[in-house]
Amino acid sequence: MTVRNGEDGTGVISVPKAPPVSVGASLRTLSIFAGAVALTLVVHLIVSKNEPPLETRFYTIFLCAVLSIALITAPAQIFWPRLRRFRQNLHPILTAAALLLCLWEIITSGVRLLPLPYFPGPAKVLHSLLSDRMLLFDSTWHSLILLLSGYALGVIAGLITGLCIGWSPPVRYWGMPLLKVVGPIPATAWIPLSMVISPSALISAVALIALAVWFPVTMLTASGISNTRASYLDVARTLGAGRGYLIFRVAVPAALPNIFIGLFMGLGASFLTLVVAETVGVKSGLGWYVSWAQGWAEYGKVFAALIIMAAFFSTIMTALFKVRDRMLVWQKGVIKW
Amino acid sequence: MVMTTDAEGSTLQLRDVRKSFPDPDDPVNRRLVLPGISITLAAGELVSLIGPSGCGKSTLLRLIAGLETADAGELLIGSEVICGPSAERGLVFQDPNLFPWLTVRRNIEAGLVARGLLQEKRAEVDEFMRLVELEAFANAYPHHLSGGMAQRVALARALINHPKVLLLDEPLGALDAFTRMRLQDEVLRLWSARRSTTLLVTHDIDEAIYMSDRIIIMTPRPGKIDQIITIELKRPRHRTSSEFLQLRGEILELLHFAGGERTKSVKADAPTI
Repeated sequence: MTVRNGEDGTGVISVPKAPPVSVGASLRTLSIFAGAVALTLVVHLIVSKNEPPLETRFYTIFLCAVLSIALITAPAQIFWPRLRRFRQNLHPILTAAALLLCLWEIITSGVRLLPLPYFPGPAKVLHSLLSDRMLLFDSTWHSLILLLSGYALGVIAGLITGLCIGWSPPVRYWGMPLLKVVGPIPATAWIPLSMVISPSALISAVALIALAVWFPVTMLTASGISNTRASYLDVARTLGAGRGYLIFRVAVPAALPNIFIGLFMGLGASFLTLVVAETVGVKSGLGWYVSWAQGWAEYGKVFAALIIMAAFFSTIMTALFKVRDRMLVWQKGVIKW
Repeated sequence: MVMTTDAEGSTLQLRDVRKSFPDPDDPVNRRLVLPGISITLAAGELVSLIGPSGCGKSTLLRLIAGLETADAGELLIGSEVICGPSAERGLVFQDPNLFPWLTVRRNIEAGLVARGLLQEKRAEVDEFMRLVELEAFANAYPHHLSGGMAQRVALARALINHPKVLLLDEPLGALDAFTRMRLQDEVLRLWSARRSTTLLVTHDIDEAIYMSDRIIIMTPRPGKIDQIITIELKRPRHRTSSEFLQLRGEILELLHFAGGERTKSVKADAPTI
């Protein structure tokens, strides 16, 4: 029944073409997005007829808001070139996202293809997200603090050990075997031991995240430093450079591209360790929230937390990319990112 | 602006300098690169070093720069024995080796920063930027520069330390012919303004004749001094003057590159082909 309704809905795509008077080809393609949103809205209204209205209200409002923004910006971009470029660039992705939401709703709330308590529809997830926003915000905040303190600690330790191993042959001789043996153990494998040693779950979580970050940062810093082009060091020496200059003004900047690879790898490892540590020991944060919501079989909240996690982690990743772009501006044109 | 004053350079003396390296194919014996070289460069002199590849020219330069230590013999700047690299001996390689993470200006400043003199000598940075005509590129990063521009930055970076001895290891070898000739004039201009004692390794006989007071020709490895030719042409020199061309012919003859013999042997081979 609902499927046919959804298929009928595809006819709606052509409808929003009417309000904005067709000016150019760009406008026509842009209105496809509005059409996709309208389709999603119609499917939602049909599907949610037999569900409690309170739970689906937010989603309806959300879709209406997106639709009106799409309808307003479609004509506005005629007069505003920057908006036009922005929309033209994002348009296919936004359209795909809207259609994906539509598909999600059909599969879950619509035809109930997936077992229901585990796979709620988008309306239910949005409802959980908004109704539990205080706790979610609090969890995100705790995760952020835990992540940043562990990451900072791991990066500082990794830079120091990496620098020593990369620069000094004796440190390399003794440090490298240790690094090669201990480093590859996943930080999460230390959880049982850390629970015994550490006085609090929070401290052990910080230490585990730091450990997870420390290994890749050390490894790549050391390799970057020890692979500094010998001729850079030779030139610096004939310019009168002392050891401080050679290390911090030649070897470190030369190793910076490598160091950033280590920082990215460490960030990925820190996300993983954070969530595991919060699921196992720490009594706060997004990882804890997910397992708590699962315990109450509130899968809407589980999905809401996953959405927050996606936004949270990708924001941090983007921030690190921005830092790298600033610090490695001299590489632009040398290396394609 | 710098003027033609007394030489900033000082004498450079090599006394029976020997250098060998471990031989990767022979664990017992070391490979002898320089079997004992003695040269004296007067203060402010520009001397070229010519010789086949692998004859130890670059090793000699690295020894003077202090980047390698000699097995035996003495190296003296003025009356001081060379031990380790120092700002008084500037080195410019064929690859400019600019620090890619620094702008042109910061590359030129590097020597002053390394010695903690940037504050008091900041004005000199501007002077050198002007001297090598790179003011417009002060904030560009090295990958934006052409080969010739990059090499000018490398020269300015070495000269800002007022080195007593300037070591040039085929600095113009990778440049195209026109840029190379322009930069030869530029190096000469800088040299005559500063009078650093300069040792130039080159493969280009024209360059050696055009630029130097003396040319040292080395033998294949182990590198010994084969000939020393004093160039008495008046400066500024002309690449097309008859004296220049005559001298060029004589030196090519000395090096057996004049071509006569080769033509003969080709002729002799010809019937058998």
